[in-house]
Amino acid sequence: MSFAERLRKGDEAAYLVTLISALTIVLITVLLAQHLWSNSVLARQKFGFHFLTSSTWDPLSGNFGALPFVYGTLLTSFISLLIAVPVGIGAAIFLSELAPRGISNALTFLVELLAAVPSVIFGLIGIFVLVPMLNVVIPPIAAHLSFLPIFGGSFFGVSYLTAGLVLSIMIVPFIVSISREVLMAVPTAQREAMMALGATKWDVTWRSVVPYARRGIIGSIFLALARALGETMAVTMVIGNVPEIHASLLSPGYTIAAVIANEFAEASEDLYLHALIEMALVLFVVTMIVNASARLLMLTAGIREIRE
Amino acid sequence: MTTAAYPPTSKKIANAVMLSITGICAFLVVAVLLFILGYLVVNGAKSLNWAFFTKLPAPVGEIGGGLANAIVGSGKMLLIAAALGVPVGLLGGVHLAEFSGSAFASIVRYTTDLLNGVPSIVMGIFVYTLVVVPMHHFSTLAGGIALGIMMIPIALRSTEEFLRGVPQALREGAMSLGASKTQTILTVIIPAALPGIITGIMLNLARVAGETAPLLFTAFSNQYWSPGFDQPSASLPVVIFNYAISPYEDWHRQAWAGGFVLLTAVLLINIVARLILSRRTSLPR
Amino acid sequence: MSTAFKLGDFTKVREERFGDEQRAKEPATFPQFTVKDLNFFYGDFQALHNLDLEVPAEKVTALIGPSGCGKSTFLRILNRMSETVPHTRVTGEVSLGDQDLFSFHPTVLRRRVGMVFQRPNPFPKSIFDNVAYGVRVNGMLPASQMKERVEQSLRRAALWEEVKDKLHVSALSLSGGQQQRLCIARSLAVEPEVLLLDEPCSALDPLATAKIEDLVFELKGLCTIVIVTHNMLQAARVADYVGFFLSGKLIEFEGARKMFMNPGKKQTEDYLTGRFG
Repeated sequence: MSFAERLRKGDEAAYLVTLISALTIVLITVLLAQHLWSNSVLARQKFGFHFLTSSTWDPLSGNFGALPFVYGTLLTSFISLLIAVPVGIGAAIFLSELAPRGISNALTFLVELLAAVPSVIFGLIGIFVLVPMLNVVIPPIAAHLSFLPIFGGSFFGVSYLTAGLVLSIMIVPFIVSISREVLMAVPTAQREAMMALGATKWDVTWRSVVPYARRGIIGSIFLALARALGETMAVTMVIGNVPEIHASLLSPGYTIAAVIANEFAEASEDLYLHALIEMALVLFVVTMIVNASARLLMLTAGIREIRE
Repeated sequence: MTTAAYPPTSKKIANAVMLSITGICAFLVVAVLLFILGYLVVNGAKSLNWAFFTKLPAPVGEIGGGLANAIVGSGKMLLIAAALGVPVGLLGGVHLAEFSGSAFASIVRYTTDLLNGVPSIVMGIFVYTLVVVPMHHFSTLAGGIALGIMMIPIALRSTEEFLRGVPQALREGAMSLGASKTQTILTVIIPAALPGIITGIMLNLARVAGETAPLLFTAFSNQYWSPGFDQPSASLPVVIFNYAISPYEDWHRQAWAGGFVLLTAVLLINIVARLILSRRTSLPR
Repeated sequence: MSTAFKLGDFTKVREERFGDEQRAKEPATFPQFTVKDLNFFYGDFQALHNLDLEVPAEKVTALIGPSGCGKSTFLRILNRMSETVPHTRVTGEVSLGDQDLFSFHPTVLRRRVGMVFQRPNPFPKSIFDNVAYGVRVNGMLPASQMKERVEQSLRRAALWEEVKDKLHVSALSLSGGQQQRLCIARSLAVEPEVLLLDEPCSALDPLATAKIEDLVFELKGLCTIVIVTHNMLQAARVADYVGFFLSGKLIEFEGARKMFMNPGKKQTEDYLTGRFG
């Protein structure tokens, strides 16, 4: 084999090996979807779309409806966004536009560390610190607001609200660090034009920088939402794990991820397993859609991979 | 002098108010971290003793014992995860950065990002049907594979980013000396990007080390040592979870100790890796 | 620097080198590269138009012209580095000696036709490993002879005395000029037939530039040198042959003496005397 031929063979081999690795990613994703689909067939055949609208969850009689879990998942995610979005965007604006560089870097470093804290740790704090704390704080407040259905009923510490709070702490670092990056990527010209007219820093930020970064910020919220929807451990530990639907935020509930975590290992019946896997499938599809739209937003906003 | 009146006082006040509000937001976020840290240090450190690292869990109801089997179990699973996730991610990253055309690369990149966003509990179910069902029982191997699959997307993306950070001039230099593409990648580009790639892998390992959900029905758990790789195994995060939701006081203490050890390890790796990364903001030209 | 000053300097250099007609006479040699009807495209943009020339062997050929004229593009075709840029296309013929340039495996070709770039690009490795790199990847020498080859190459690149005591120090610790000479040494180590220099001094100070120019002059007997420069003075100091490019076309290709003393084309004269543009 000639020298040139050896080189060509070497490059071809390297190309193939790395190509296979890159394709592995695609293969895993396809396999993942296929496994979830084929292992939920019993539940899909038996319940059809009724699965998503029925609120009966009775493993003993083999009746499975996902509504309480879907409801709990959406409600807790919504609560978490309600808290995390304003705080997160506020913090991101502060870090990228208003704070001195040194402070901004130090705080960003800490925010990124917060993102690295494992979810079981949040659960631990939630169960042993947040729940007792809320047990003291919430009842007096709720007493005054009990005319509102969302604050009705009695409070035991574990609830939609508790889960939403823990989730908000968990997703806020994502909103902060991504929004901050998006804001910092806004061209300086956007700022200088208004600055030259004597506008205050806040004016420039709010009327010029933030609108420019709008799409990227919304993308960061979507990414955070996907996290919240799929978050398992911390929520499982503080939501109460009751497959019921309540209007009150103070009632215990359940989420898709939590019910899978709690019941999957015990599910002995095939139909039971398939019902749980069908919920995983629902979660998979929903987070895929949310994530995909987030990435599309980011791409159209020109974030990432525009380098050449 | 009329221009000096701009911005008007109202605008200046708004400026100051919003500066304070956004500042409070930022400090609030950071305060949460410091609170968690502080609480864990106080509660965890006082629950920690030597037995925690050396002893098996005590039988239900008895005081004492440790989580030695969970620590070893986590270590073994991380080993498998790294053995699976790092090569696939690394080679895939090399492909995206050095070989592939832009259309194929963006498809793979997009898929990678989506896979990265799949909830970890869903990943657990996937590996359950992929590995546990054919093997007929939970195992260290299944847990390691679940963590390994979770490592791939980030390993791939971070490798790609760091390889792209290597200046084109180095590629040209190597190629103009008669190095083939493969030689250029192996002898110049990867070495130049290596510190970044390694810190990326460290961060990645730290992330999956704390994952609980994918292990619940892959590695499951175990009160005892799990010899080899094909038996159910305890892992630190799963044990913390099980102990935290148990009704026993002493198990709660162990959960705190476990949380403290886990968080310390994860944050230390994060701090070291991020410091290394920030110090190497620019690669050699 | 005013045009007048530049012009004065240029005249002086020109007189020194080419004033004595006998001394300036260079014997003609066989062609190293033969280029026929060469066109080059970046996507739809045509960067080179119908080039025809012969680059003589074992001489220094300088390619001059204003920036964007295609001289660097042409240079990068000669060792097919142009192929590393996507969406490019080349038509026409180029031969190295009597072989078709495009029949080579590019890697094999680049071993014979080395290249030094605008900005020094040493690898983040030791000085020794930088010089040994090309030899190693091509498996050209046993390890026992490597030291000798490295020293020889560094000597030829006039860098040996400065680095002989710190061969295992990172190449990035060298100054810009030293780095560029290291890159030349690195190319010389694989003993190429041709050395392509793409504005090798554009990132260097005048002193470092002078050293590189001396070096180019020295290397003439060793291999064919093609140097791209936007600096006429440099061309006048080092070149035996000169090609003048303008807007992707080769306006004139001549011996240095003829080119500088008595250019054949109006455009060349305008460019050389600074009246261009």
